[in-house]
Amino acid sequence: MENTVTEHSAQAQHRGSWLGGLLDFCRRKPLGGIGLVVMLLMVVLAVFAEGIATHDPVSTDSAQTLRAPSAAHYLGTDYLGRDMYSRIVHGTRISLAVGLATTVLGGVLGLVLGLTSGYLLGWWDQIIQRFMDIMQGLPLLVMALVMAAALGPSVQNVILAISIPLVPRAARIIRASTLSVREMPFVEAARALGMSELRIAVRHVLPNTLAPFIVLTTAQLGSAILVEASLSFLGLGIPEPYPSWGRMLSTSAAEYAQRAPWLVIYPGLAISLAVFATNLLGDALRDVLDPRLRI
Amino acid sequence: MKTFLIHRFLLTIVTLFGMSVLIFVLLRLAPGNIVDILFDSAGYVDPVDKKAIERELGMDRPYHEQYLTWMGGLLRGDLGKSYRLETQAWAVIAPRIPVTLQLAAWAMAVAVLLGVPAGVISAVRQDSPLDYVLRVVSLSGLSMPAFWLGLLIILFMVYNFGTSPIYMRAPQNFTEHLKLIGIPALAVGFRSSALIMRLTRSSMLEVLRQDYVRTAWAKGQSQRRVHYHHALKNAMLPVITVIGIEFAFLVGGLVITETVFNIPGVARFLVQAILYRDYPIVQNLVMFIAIIVVLMNFLVDLIYVWLDPRIQLR
Repeated sequence: MENTVTEHSAQAQHRGSWLGGLLDFCRRKPLGGIGLVVMLLMVVLAVFAEGIATHDPVSTDSAQTLRAPSAAHYLGTDYLGRDMYSRIVHGTRISLAVGLATTVLGGVLGLVLGLTSGYLLGWWDQIIQRFMDIMQGLPLLVMALVMAAALGPSVQNVILAISIPLVPRAARIIRASTLSVREMPFVEAARALGMSELRIAVRHVLPNTLAPFIVLTTAQLGSAILVEASLSFLGLGIPEPYPSWGRMLSTSAAEYAQRAPWLVIYPGLAISLAVFATNLLGDALRDVLDPRLRI
Repeated sequence: MKTFLIHRFLLTIVTLFGMSVLIFVLLRLAPGNIVDILFDSAGYVDPVDKKAIERELGMDRPYHEQYLTWMGGLLRGDLGKSYRLETQAWAVIAPRIPVTLQLAAWAMAVAVLLGVPAGVISAVRQDSPLDYVLRVVSLSGLSMPAFWLGLLIILFMVYNFGTSPIYMRAPQNFTEHLKLIGIPALAVGFRSSALIMRLTRSSMLEVLRQDYVRTAWAKGQSQRRVHYHHALKNAMLPVITVIGIEFAFLVGGLVITETVFNIPGVARFLVQAILYRDYPIVQNLVMFIAIIVVLMNFLVDLIYVWLDPRIQLR
């Protein structure tokens, strides 16, 4: 069994490195492959939302309020007569965009801070560490809540409010990896060859710290989507008129849930599916990239 | 050992002070203040009235003075006055704390009672159909938004039992207690149980591969003795630290769940205070949460060192 896998892997590498590697990954980790496919489908939904949706997500129709799912409205309508299917499709764009933006922003900032902190050490490291401790002292949601309330309701502010609390987590992982990589002989060799510190840090240390970072980032994408949904549910997230899955659940929940359960089921299902896919992908990536398993 | 403790304690204090500054600054970034919101409904605010109210609430003084007033009060046990309700902050927060603590305790119990056995079973029967089912269930528990799970539970109970677990009045007997606190605890605890299950599973798997476990098998010891006496005891170490940390992070889940189930606890009060820009309440509650989190981390470090004799203290 192992031989077949390595043979395929070797063939895959020849086939054209990244596509072959991708197919190999899907073969070795079918669950991760499923997660990847679901994420790609959601990206397609997000990009081509106008073509896939059947109605305008924000136009109301008071004659069609609270209709059950039918051929005209695949997932029913809400209390303002808006088509749920179209709102969920357009919501994919918002949730994925916000999720990706926050994860990338938080990840990149965390990477820079963690790398400099772990490589330069000294007083810079101490300051950054204390600051990270302070920011990690609060649960992610509470921190994002306070920031979102402080900054005001807008898409950019939501992105900021969620990405800033994500920074310390990324920084911590990168810093831990940096601390161990910088002691390795090849770094010392590079220094002996006269390479500048910056070049060593970026060219040699950084690529070796990326494995756990990638796993963390994938998991944080799921957290980011959940936190955005929670913020919107509480009324402090994405404002009108953008359709947000979380906000769909807040406005309809209390009053209409019993009469129209489709208002509650489908947006929540969308959120869960997106986060589930990122978790599947993250788990598979961790299994593949974790050096301890590469025996 | 003593120097380590003192060092950690001082670090904790410094961190808490840093957090108080962070919270204070964040809240004052907001463009509007409570006066604007209070008078939103009136439409028009006479600037003279607005200034008078601001002076009464102490909001016209320079920021560092406000901060020092708050800090001084906090150290003396005086939490200031709520802007919105015009009563002592402590008087409104205090009755809500026991409710939240109850909910948190129940949720933690659910998380441990569901998560640890599931993790052990999953590890012992690795790669069996049961293992896959448990892993998928726990992963979906991590993926579901807490408020959605809560809403689904409410819908389910209304459809099937005709009763709603939404909090209208304090529970009178044990059955009501179970319904009004136990059901929301299930919604919050499910997510934590998923995390604990995954960690228990991976920790057990790692321990089961150790040499001393293989020795126990070779000596012919029963399955139960190997799994529980040898493996589980050692596997629980990282799990205990996570349980400690999870307790603090449960607060995030409580914020949502208390809002969904309408429970009059501290977390829901925090959300309302944030929406109203009621600074004294928000500051104190967030500091309260921060203190709990930091204390739990400290406790967890101590427990970990106490349990594992291999850890050297610098």
